[in-house]
Amino acid sequence: MALDEKAVRERAAAFLAGHDPAGDRLEFLRARFDAGLAWVHFPEGLGGLGAARELQNVVERELEGTPQLDLGVQTIGLGMAAPTILAFGTDEQRVRFLRPLWTGEEIWCQLFSEPGAGSDLATLGTRAVRDGDEWVVDGQKVWTSGAHHARWAILVARTDVDVPKHRGLTYFVCDMHAPGVEVRPLRQITGEAEFNEVFLTGVRLGDDLRLGEVGDGWRVAQTTLMNERVAIGGAPVRRGGGMVGLVTETWRSRPELRTHDLHRRLLRLWVEAEVTRLAGARLREQLSAGQPGPEGSGMKLAFADLNQALSGLDVELRGEEGLVYDDWTFRRSDTVDFFGRGPGYRYLRAKGNSIEGGTSEILRNIIAERVLGLPSEPRVDKDVPWKDLPR
Amino acid sequence: MTLLYSEVEEELRASVRDLLADRCGAAAVLRRVESGAPYDMDLWKTLSREIGVAGLLVPEEYGGAGASAREVAVVLEELGRAAAPLPFLTSSVLATVALLRAGEGELIRELASGETTAALAVSLAASPYRPPRETVTVTGEGILDGEVRAVAGADVADVLLVPVGTALYRVRAADARIEVVPSLDLTRPVATVTFSGVFAGEAIGRFEARRVLGFGAGLLASEQLGVAEWCLSTTLAYIKERRQFARPVGSFQAIKHRMADLWLDVVRARAAARNAADLLATDSGTSDGQERARDRESAVAVAASWCSEVAVRVAEEGVQLHGGIGMTWEHPLHLYLKRAKSTEVALGTPGAHRDALATLADLPAPV
Repeated sequence: MALDEKAVRERAAAFLAGHDPAGDRLEFLRARFDAGLAWVHFPEGLGGLGAARELQNVVERELEGTPQLDLGVQTIGLGMAAPTILAFGTDEQRVRFLRPLWTGEEIWCQLFSEPGAGSDLATLGTRAVRDGDEWVVDGQKVWTSGAHHARWAILVARTDVDVPKHRGLTYFVCDMHAPGVEVRPLRQITGEAEFNEVFLTGVRLGDDLRLGEVGDGWRVAQTTLMNERVAIGGAPVRRGGGMVGLVTETWRSRPELRTHDLHRRLLRLWVEAEVTRLAGARLREQLSAGQPGPEGSGMKLAFADLNQALSGLDVELRGEEGLVYDDWTFRRSDTVDFFGRGPGYRYLRAKGNSIEGGTSEILRNIIAERVLGLPSEPRVDKDVPWKDLPR
Repeated sequence: MTLLYSEVEEELRASVRDLLADRCGAAAVLRRVESGAPYDMDLWKTLSREIGVAGLLVPEEYGGAGASAREVAVVLEELGRAAAPLPFLTSSVLATVALLRAGEGELIRELASGETTAALAVSLAASPYRPPRETVTVTGEGILDGEVRAVAGADVADVLLVPVGTALYRVRAADARIEVVPSLDLTRPVATVTFSGVFAGEAIGRFEARRVLGFGAGLLASEQLGVAEWCLSTTLAYIKERRQFARPVGSFQAIKHRMADLWLDVVRARAAARNAADLLATDSGTSDGQERARDRESAVAVAASWCSEVAVRVAEEGVQLHGGIGMTWEHPLHLYLKRAKSTEVALGTPGAHRDALATLADLPAPV
């Protein structure tokens, strides 16, 4: 029988009574994981209690003020690798990876996209060739955030070139400390490098690092990608918060900057931000009520558009200040500091919102095909062996 | 506070929708509109009395259902979806709310039961944020003179409620001259109403334009939502069927992307319309605190401006994506385009609502 809210709260309270939150941070987190309070919807023994996902809020409330995870640096591990390992990992893999992933002792990154495989991810060409009980990996990955301090990566590689693209992929856990793994920062238009290129040359991975069946990599990757999209679109926004809050704050405190044209555009964007916020709130209500709707697909699309329009307006609003940039230094950055940086940075960084995590064009295709049921376009590559595809 | 539909609301929706599907299909509406007398008063009798929508906003002590703006919003969605030529908005919403706020106790019962239909003698284009133009005068003996243009629902009303300044009067519709003018919206035409020495007697109560028209504007957002949904689903069905270049036109990516954008606009329209209906439903009726009033009026302004623009955009895209057929009289789509565009002007244009937000949302204009 599944645990209810009261039982979960009692467990959390009992744990807190027996473990000093002011002591060693790592010990506390490990113990919390072992007590099943890491992610309650996971099975017992793997950081969970086999309870309903919503009950995690109960735990978070009880354990407020205790050592917390670094959600910025751990986001890929928590949001993408963990659900995939849970769904497709062997018992040994789940035990081996999940706790250090959750505590943050081991950081994860993602090795999916390649220079030649972005929206068309399935066409990726990084090879994994079987050699005894190991796989030898050669290729190049791109847009990998956190690769420089990651211990492990979730990797999709091609294991069969003779079948159509979707069918020749296999999913692996890649040892980022293995010989042959080279990480280089990727400088972006904002000046810094949030992401990296990762070159894989003769990297040897034991077969015990394979996640799921040989040739089943695409299906496994779908789980990862689904979790990524939900994470981006689902966060609640306070009314008057976020990007719109920032612009309206400037508008209110600096009347000398106002013009009629900017006023018209600001009012329109304010309304659009409100209706988008309300749609997000309605979507969360539906999910809580157990009525998942297709509306989630649209949220990322809407927010990307809004962020771009608002950040663009912000630069214009500030006039002279909009001509100045805060810092072009080429350095690594671990998190996106939208609100700590200047208007120029926000304007440039927002351009990525409609590209990362599924381009707006792909999202529109998904809405049109899966939500509205419109026919997909004729595909010229579906049944062609990967090695025969024109590239 | 919920943005979801309750069970009661869904049941009400189902009964209204079933009735309209039976007796108010698009082809039937087109025929009625061609006849020059678009309103279907037999259907109105059934809807207002048997399903009881006329009394939704009226408290039980006055013979009504004691329901709220939320339920009314759902009925309006269905009426919008059918572009139904029925006086629900004008009689059961605008006139009813005017009577409720005026504290009137007798006529309201007749409206609630559906035996009497009323209309508020204001221009449909009146904005909640500006006092309506003073075109009617009243003497000390209660005699009305003057003219009001672009009044909706007067042509099928038994009673007219006439605001003069902040006072509300009542007259028999038969005592006024009501001239329907050829209107852009064939399903809700407007009329010029002229009073020549019409006896109204004493005022029946106060008329608060901003409250009454604001309430109407917030609920019209739900009607526009219904209009948008019909246009979207009709267009979607069409582009799946229509083939050119040996495939459905809906399989071309440019078309698919436009439809995805429209769908997202409608998703957000639904949230906005629900939010306005919910806040109007929790309006205590008496003077509420400043912050509550501001939140309610903001919700109305957001919903009215967004939902109208979406309805117009979806209807316009609908015409475009239907190709040549979209420009024919024979296809009912134009009824929706005309309804959407006219309703965009009704009770405050989107621009008027956004201008109001300058104050309501503290986004002041440049000096």
